[in-house]
Amino acid sequence: MAEIVLDGVTKVFADGYEAVKEMDLDIADGEFMILVGPSGCGKSTALRMIAGLEDISSGELKIGGEQVNDRAPKDRDIAMVFQNYALYPHMTVRENMGFALKLAGVDKGEIDRKVEDTAKTLDLSEHLDRRPANLSGGQRQRVAMGRAIVRDPKAFLMDEPLSNLDAKLRVQMRTEVARLQSQLGTTTVYVTHDQTEAMTLGDRVAVMRAGVLQQVGTPADLYDNPKNLFVAGFIGSPAMNFMPAEITSGKLVLPIGEVDAGELAGGRGDGKVVAGLRPENFEDVAVVGDLRQERGLVFEAEVDLVESLGSDLFAYFHVESEGIQSDQLADLVEDRLDETGAANIREGEEQVVARLDPTSEVRRGERTELWADTARLHLFDPESGESLSNS
Amino acid sequence: MGRGSRDYAYWSIAIAVVLIFALIPVVWLISVSLKPPEAVTDGRFIPSEVSFDNYKSLFEGGIDDSPFIKPLINSIVIALTTTVIAIVLASFAAYAIARLEFPGKRLILAGALAIAMFPPISTVGPLFDMWRALGLYDTYPGLIIPYLTFSLPLAIYVLVAFFREIPWDLEQAAQVDGATPFQAFTKVIVPLAAPGVFTAAILVFIFAWNDFLFAISLTSSDASRTVPAASPQPRWW
Repeated sequence: MAEIVLDGVTKVFADGYEAVKEMDLDIADGEFMILVGPSGCGKSTALRMIAGLEDISSGELKIGGEQVNDRAPKDRDIAMVFQNYALYPHMTVRENMGFALKLAGVDKGEIDRKVEDTAKTLDLSEHLDRRPANLSGGQRQRVAMGRAIVRDPKAFLMDEPLSNLDAKLRVQMRTEVARLQSQLGTTTVYVTHDQTEAMTLGDRVAVMRAGVLQQVGTPADLYDNPKNLFVAGFIGSPAMNFMPAEITSGKLVLPIGEVDAGELAGGRGDGKVVAGLRPENFEDVAVVGDLRQERGLVFEAEVDLVESLGSDLFAYFHVESEGIQSDQLADLVEDRLDETGAANIREGEEQVVARLDPTSEVRRGERTELWADTARLHLFDPESGESLSNS
Repeated sequence: MGRGSRDYAYWSIAIAVVLIFALIPVVWLISVSLKPPEAVTDGRFIPSEVSFDNYKSLFEGGIDDSPFIKPLINSIVIALTTTVIAIVLASFAAYAIARLEFPGKRLILAGALAIAMFPPISTVGPLFDMWRALGLYDTYPGLIIPYLTFSLPLAIYVLVAFFREIPWDLEQAAQVDGATPFQAFTKVIVPLAAPGVFTAAILVFIFAWNDFLFAISLTSSDASRTVPAASPQPRWW
């Protein structure tokens, strides 16, 4: 076990493309660190640099206090779980799991004992003499995990290990990974593009965008205090709603009404800002008690669409907007498009999602009174995308 | 009789016809080999008298006097040596071509293809002069070297195709598991490419085993003459 320290680590590919820029990240001993971001943000490249599969162009990488920039992967004592598992097809499960130990010159009895112990914790004992081709997806995934665990390395590196599983198995394996990591207490770096995995698995989460580390923090910290528009929009599902707003003489003017700018603006003078509010910070007025109404904002909106999931009810409405110009949001929209296949932005409007109490009786196409918990508003600078609330 | 079994019968007949057609020349060869020398031209398919004299005479006199044993040993040694060297060299070359980016990669592939297409007959004259000057004439290396020249391109092409099919990740997994690049190659890549390695080995071996042109031109005695070159010698008749 060991801590992993990245100090100004940069990766420039031969064609000049800068995949990771000046990345500083301290991963504590035994910590479960998640690298998350949309595809192409450099998270996998960062992981592969830690593994030694990519050269580090500049900066310093330390594992367990030793600089390992120029060490071959085999001399770093790290284990990696690949997205497609990369199991050796010509070896049985037992041989796959014992391969690293065999290379390290561990004696046969010891290898067998370790492999069998690990197989037991992963529920693979019956499959030890089968080949990967004859296993199900979930079993292969467990073999890949087992191959890493059996070595008792300084750190686990996982590159989207669950993305090839179907949705149900993914949830199951997610809890399994969390259980194993807390049991073993091995430093783990886990790459994913799935913000749900990031939120549920990690001790801390590092959000990346276009090769630049945006924010590092506990899942709750990222959720409650996003540093910029990108983090705010990336973390949370459904995503945070953004609308254009303006501060005029101490008042914050939103498309849904006016509130005191007060502390929200962080001492910012008059001017345009971007306001963000999470879906759960809206509620149906009919459901909210009078008490809560006093500190929020009540407004009327025409509901475009209602999705009821039983436990939650999502109401979609739109607010007037001349559009929000931000590279950070543009990146997010692209990512969302990849995920859902639908853009939710129309010319001159901004779509807003509200998560309402399931007892709410809002109907599609009707005008409804909604309440917004404006104390939970996040304000961002429209130019830099930086948060004003916690600067 | 159901449709299935009638189909089965038709297929059996068709297969039998093809088999007989293909095997008759082979059976004829065996038949002739079993006839005593004076009956070879009697034109009978089934020998009137079965004799193993032809086979015996090949091996008569031991290694020194037999017309066949020394060429057989030469053939085996030369073909096997060629195969082993060609496969080792070709797998390194093919691995580099399939996995690495380096300047001149296309040139190597194009060069290999050009050599494979080069008419071997045109190299025989120069080789004959060179080999005599260098003392390689009528030696094992004198045959192994030109065999390597013409079999390596083929072996490289076959192996590149197989190596390209092996996922990159497997090799990286091996490296992370603690393998040196050479161990990753020998323990993961080569076993997975085994079908390709065997294919290439068989092709190279057959090429070296069957070659007549170089064998007849670059040898003069049983010191290195291979079976194809030795068989037309008068001593056999």
